[in-house]
Amino acid sequence: MYEFEFERPSSIADAVAALKGDEAQALGGGQTLLPTMKQRLASPATLVSLGGIAEMKGVCVEDDGALAIGGGTTHAAVAEAAADKYPALADLAGHIGDPAVRNRGTIGGSLANNDPSACYPSAALASGATIVTNAREIAADDYFQGMFTTALEEGEIITNVKFPVPEAANYQKFLQPASRFALVGVFVAKYADGVRVAVTGASEEGVFRWTEAEAALSANFSGDALDGLSVPADGMISDLHGTSEYRAHLVGVMTKRAVAACG
Amino acid sequence: MTQVSMTVNGKAASGDVENRTLLSAFLRETLGMTGTHVGCDTSQCGACVVHVNGEAVKSCTMLALEAEGAEVSTIEGQAAADGSLNAIQQAFQDHHGLQCGFCTPGMVMSASALLKENPKPTEAEIRAYLEGNLCRCTGYHNIVKAIMAASGQDVSAIAAE
Repeated sequence: MYEFEFERPSSIADAVAALKGDEAQALGGGQTLLPTMKQRLASPATLVSLGGIAEMKGVCVEDDGALAIGGGTTHAAVAEAAADKYPALADLAGHIGDPAVRNRGTIGGSLANNDPSACYPSAALASGATIVTNAREIAADDYFQGMFTTALEEGEIITNVKFPVPEAANYQKFLQPASRFALVGVFVAKYADGVRVAVTGASEEGVFRWTEAEAALSANFSGDALDGLSVPADGMISDLHGTSEYRAHLVGVMTKRAVAACG
Repeated sequence: MTQVSMTVNGKAASGDVENRTLLSAFLRETLGMTGTHVGCDTSQCGACVVHVNGEAVKSCTMLALEAEGAEVSTIEGQAAADGSLNAIQQAFQDHHGLQCGFCTPGMVMSASALLKENPKPTEAEIRAYLEGNLCRCTGYHNIVKAIMAASGQDVSAIAAE
């Protein structure tokens, strides 16, 4: 890891100011960024830790019933604090990485990184969440723009994520056997105005909505509604852990399991 | 160089470090506390697990500066002042929970975090919690048994396997 300047502001305003510097990079929990820096795949001149910003931590319920999670909230904290309010989201958070990783990694860090195999992007997209930054609010549908690519501008910080709470939801993750990331993960969320299905791990374009399944499930919320539906293997990730055809097949399987688990 | 100060096993500790210094390196190289091991250095293996403000973290994937002002517990702080082992350490010894011993500091610290939040875990819960702790001797069976024993549960059924 190359040496860097280090700042640890205690407010969002100070962090935004610090990130205006040349080659400045925000540091969330560091569970992806620090390994990346060790490999010298990233070498920011200044690292701005968001870990000391109290106003970015915690979970609360908004007036409209949405669950608002501070961008600096760890996976472990979400798993605990969201357990009653949004159990499927809490369950997802409680199965990211391992316990020690969950004590450091944050929801804002995960969404800002938008790893194509990360869990959180599927929850945000399936829930139609709103990504709140220091500058604006971004709908999840506009936020995810491809593998490791988001709508965030340079120096923009995710301060909060608002999740409308669904009537029923479930996340099914098929583990990549070595990394334990999602080989394919599917988040299904049923709202009064329709069902949303988001898939992570599978596509070379990162997380995506399976709109055909959404239409079928909105008409008939049961696994049978998915019979005959499939996603094309074109554009799916293919590696030694699974071909694109295998991943495409898993999308259907995991969606069915998620619907079944919604009960 | 930047000065960093924290409490390690109840005692004040500080040192001048490069900003890029990892907590694991601060403990081992600045403080000379080599009980915390660095195995993979990629946050996979868990040999470097310590507690920061009561929570298990991988010290190879946290900057020392991020622990400024924190309460840090390491394997060196687990035994009593007279050297007598704590319940988890003693159970690892009694049930052969270590072979080469390299992963043991992280295993003990993870076990301690687990038993704090779940005092009587099932075997499945122990195995799930240890997802981020690798034993290259593959001695998991006795590690799980030791943790069950440390939680005061009967392990005779496991012993028969």
